[in-house]
Amino acid sequence: MSKNDSPMNSKNNTVSGLKQKLDQLLGKIRALGNDSLEKTIAVAVGVSLFCAVFVSLSAVALRPLQVSNKKLDIDKNIVTVAGLISEAEASDGDKVRAALQSIETRLIDLDSGEYTDVVDVETFNARKAAGDPELGLIIPRKDDIAHIKRRSKLSKVYLVKQNGQLDALILPVNGYGLWSTMYGFLALEADGETVRGINFYDQAETPGLGGEVVNPRWRGLWKGKKVFGSDGEPALRLVKGNVDPSKAGSEYQVDGLAGATLTSTGVSNLIKYWMGQNGFGPFLGKFKAKTLEGAA
Amino acid sequence: MSAVSDNEVKGLIDEIKDNQEELKQVVREPLVDNNPITLQVLGICSALAVTSQLTTTLTMCIALTSVTAFSSASISLIRNHIPSSIRIIVQMTIIASLVIVVDQILKAFAYEIAKSLSVFVGLIITNCIVMGRAEAYAMKNPPIMSFFDGLGNGLGYSLILIIVAVIRELLGSGSLLGYTILPTVQNGGWYVPNGLLLLPPSAFFIIGLLIWCFRTWKPEQVEQPDFKIMPAHSAEGGH
Repeated sequence: MSKNDSPMNSKNNTVSGLKQKLDQLLGKIRALGNDSLEKTIAVAVGVSLFCAVFVSLSAVALRPLQVSNKKLDIDKNIVTVAGLISEAEASDGDKVRAALQSIETRLIDLDSGEYTDVVDVETFNARKAAGDPELGLIIPRKDDIAHIKRRSKLSKVYLVKQNGQLDALILPVNGYGLWSTMYGFLALEADGETVRGINFYDQAETPGLGGEVVNPRWRGLWKGKKVFGSDGEPALRLVKGNVDPSKAGSEYQVDGLAGATLTSTGVSNLIKYWMGQNGFGPFLGKFKAKTLEGAA
Repeated sequence: MSAVSDNEVKGLIDEIKDNQEELKQVVREPLVDNNPITLQVLGICSALAVTSQLTTTLTMCIALTSVTAFSSASISLIRNHIPSSIRIIVQMTIIASLVIVVDQILKAFAYEIAKSLSVFVGLIITNCIVMGRAEAYAMKNPPIMSFFDGLGNGLGYSLILIIVAVIRELLGSGSLLGYTILPTVQNGGWYVPNGLLLLPPSAFFIIGLLIWCFRTWKPEQVEQPDFKIMPAHSAEGGH
């Protein structure tokens, strides 16, 4: 409703005057034939306006709850991918927060692979940074195997500590599947090359086919796989059908998702990109050689 | 926004009092006699997609039932003022708004379930049951009756979905609502789960069998064949 700065009594007058006018207008609209042009436009505008206000109000009112849910969901993924708590326990927010205590979050410069403090790690958002002219960069087409177009120059890494010893390393990864960019975490053992777990917290692949990237049974197949081949390049990938564990090279292979070739390729590509020299390669190299400053 | 006067409220109450029998009828009828899934064969898409687990199914049922009930009621409220040339769009706008609000509420209060339902909550907008009730009933009947008609149809849909989900989750994963009923071989039990029941096509088979059961129980639901096959020339007679 319109705001009026005039004195009290005249304000009341204007309000009642407005109300009268509104009533008149509504009466006029009601009196119109249903199929007249004016009525059609009036109903269309009225319904749209009412629905827009209704939807916006509910979206704004519920936003804080949704944001905290989303954060808790990401935290949950971080602690479960490292196996700190089981997926069943993760429905308890307090357990998630307790497990989060043993995780140290650091920021790294992806190109140099060194830790950095140029921005605050608490407020750093990799997705926003990717679009930022200062913090993000456009990935050259030939290098863009994960089809993500842009990435942040910096990245968060999560160091899991148990009794003061480094226990695992969690790296955020993303890549394009069939319909969507899949965002997830890859957890590596302290040796920097054995997979401890993988999961995806944000993806919109076909439910039941590509959407099975979140299936716990399939994700369980990743544990113990090796990321780097004997030449030091990322070798881990998804293969068609089931992996025969007795065959040579099976430690670099994970079962592909049945009926989801493009999502499977997307997952293979994102591993290849993020574990390669344009991704976490420099960092992992220094991490394994233990030449990182301030590393545990 | 809505200018509901005392008179109109009284009218609504009278409407309930006068039509108690009919109200019971509109709620009861879609459960078995005019079930939206088994008789009208509508809303099959989500019935296939969300029934692999009972928890997601129940959430979907509540979401769809409330959307159908409230959209029918609101469309019925303004039914006399909807120009027929834009009536479908007006209905869609109201349904879509309600669906978005339901989706927002789920994301705020049941984030996990909202994630597992993913696109299917949004797809309630195109669910034929919601549109069908708006167009077939709410455009011609008063708000309270429309509300209960929407409720009844939502419950009819829910009834079938719950039956399908119980069968699929129990035999597919050996559990109900996530609690283990039949300990599966993978977890050291004896039950070998049927993987087919976790895949969407299994819901097709189950719904088909349900339709068969319903029509055997109530033969009047069997549709008349569109045409009769003419008997071929018989041997006798000749040229």
